[in-house]
Amino acid sequence: MNEKEINNNDKILDVKNLSVRFETEDGIVRAVNGIDLELGYKRTLGLVGETGAGKTTTALALLRLVQIPPGVVECDKLEIGGRDIRELSTEHMEQIRGKDISMIFQDPMTALNPVFTVGDQIAESLELHEHLSHEQALERAGDMLEMVGIPRARGKEYPHQFSGGMKQRVVIAIALACNPKLLIADEPTTALDVTIQAQVLELMNDLKTKYDTSMIMITHDLGIVAEVCDEVAVMYAGRIIEQGTLEDVFKETMHPYTEGLFNSLPNIKNRTARLKPIMGLMPDPTDLPAGCAFAPRCNYATEECTKKVPELKAVSATHKCACSAYEREGFHIERRAKK
Amino acid sequence: MSDTILDVRHLKKYFKTGKGMLHAVDDISFTIDRGKTLGLVGESGCGKSTTGRAILRLIEPTSGEVFFEGKDIVKLSGGEMRKKRKDMQIIFQDPFSSLDPKKTVSQAISEPIRIAKILKNKRDIEDRVMELMDTVGLAERLVNTYPHELDGGRRQRIGIARALAMEPKLIICDEPVSALDVSIQAQILNLMDDLQEKLNLTYIFITHDLAVVNHFADEIAVMYLGSIVEKAPSEELFTNPIHPYTRALLSAIPIPDLDHKRERISLKGEITSPVNLPDECRFANRCYECQDKICRAGIPPLVEVSPNHFVACFLHK
Repeated sequence: MNEKEINNNDKILDVKNLSVRFETEDGIVRAVNGIDLELGYKRTLGLVGETGAGKTTTALALLRLVQIPPGVVECDKLEIGGRDIRELSTEHMEQIRGKDISMIFQDPMTALNPVFTVGDQIAESLELHEHLSHEQALERAGDMLEMVGIPRARGKEYPHQFSGGMKQRVVIAIALACNPKLLIADEPTTALDVTIQAQVLELMNDLKTKYDTSMIMITHDLGIVAEVCDEVAVMYAGRIIEQGTLEDVFKETMHPYTEGLFNSLPNIKNRTARLKPIMGLMPDPTDLPAGCAFAPRCNYATEECTKKVPELKAVSATHKCACSAYEREGFHIERRAKK
Repeated sequence: MSDTILDVRHLKKYFKTGKGMLHAVDDISFTIDRGKTLGLVGESGCGKSTTGRAILRLIEPTSGEVFFEGKDIVKLSGGEMRKKRKDMQIIFQDPFSSLDPKKTVSQAISEPIRIAKILKNKRDIEDRVMELMDTVGLAERLVNTYPHELDGGRRQRIGIARALAMEPKLIICDEPVSALDVSIQAQILNLMDDLQEKLNLTYIFITHDLAVVNHFADEIAVMYLGSIVEKAPSEELFTNPIHPYTRALLSAIPIPDLDHKRERISLKGEITSPVNLPDECRFANRCYECQDKICRAGIPPLVEVSPNHFVACFLHK
């Protein structure tokens, strides 16, 4: 894509009403239920939620990697860099994946192919997308390794010869090899120790700035969000329930579920404070409750909440929240009362 | 005045490997008072789980003494040790692989009761299972369900019920909440808190999650490559960390608070191999304060720098 096209459109990602369901023998699994996502150039969005919230399925749908069948993907708009990718052919998608948009998978232990050297694995996407010769690609792969802090010579080694943190660096090098415009990182540091996690996050922050990459960071860790993201979308049962800038969501928290997530975390400044967990469990995606999916676990829920699905409504220019409780006069969550 | 339940002295566990001796646990000593929680923190490969297992003799220590209520359990025979284990239980990290998929909740919880012959009458066992399920917050209707039907939080509750079935005094918790989502993690931590108070349990809480351990433990020991590098009451460790490794570790925790600004200390490299360790500070290779002449001259001993605050560093004593 050239500069002119980018100027015509100020969004790298524009998704409207994305739904993904899996039609299985045991019923229909409603993984993603109508979400809108927009992301500006050079911005980083944190997609937050617990296991089963639909974060990874959303990411796979953006790359058109959801397996069909059993998956059924529907959306009104799916544009990457201003180009609608919904109807692109498989071959065309393959040209886009790894080049315009690429993904870092959660588990570096299984994301790499054990029978190829890491150099070859980085070179592969360069050969495919940039049409380099094998030698040129290996040379560039060496550059990429150095960039992620691994000596060039180690490109000749196999994944099992690397530690977890090093493998994740290799996975990052592969994802960034073709200088993608949008990088989707699915829990990139979950499998790593904290000091290594800090190294990897720092590296990703540096590379993001250096290459002007936009990023979607999928994570369950609000601490990581606070460190690397500009914007946050909190997911619950396949819907975005709160969305806004980092300040909006962390300081002006609106949704009871977001509040619950913060309350569940041990407070590093007040170590004796008792944790306030969210009672109960995430609903079964084959049998979502009517109305607000969070209502059965919500301390503020009234009968109204179980009747209709709350819309994601704007509360300020940047901040949106999906909670019917705000229709009640003077409603606020406890977290806000303290301030 | 203090009632020491566990006193570990010079515990070592070495493994023979093709490349040489692997020092998994290298001369660790600590004590815990009854009803308290000791947090054992460190990164993968630092020997924290091996320490837990060696204390229970699930793997035999290479050398050292473990005094449980004044008695050295390393010297006990197999039969005596089996009896002793009623008092010392363990909760494992992964509630997905630590339960037998072919046993129902009731079978899983009653198994230790049967094996240890705590109760013999079938009715008594059933009653005890129900009581335990109630204690750990498992609904009665789940009694005949299988692990695959349950989520991680409920599975971990089964693991806790199994440990409690023996009416233990000490429970070693090996990353009990690491596999769980935050909202569920908080539920389990609160449960463990309540049980400690109710049953006067002593915990060794093994984890890599510093925010959790800060909340949960009375005292924290930070491990690096098989040794304790710093040990202090939790409050003290978090407000006044001294060892360069502890400081780096604390600075690396991502904190979900936009107003919490702090200086990050980035460590270079990764944990080195614990095989054939040279006689120098274990952390020297990654240390940002390392002075070769001092730090590579020997292994720094764990020294009390202020009351109850122990540090193993040549540069800070």
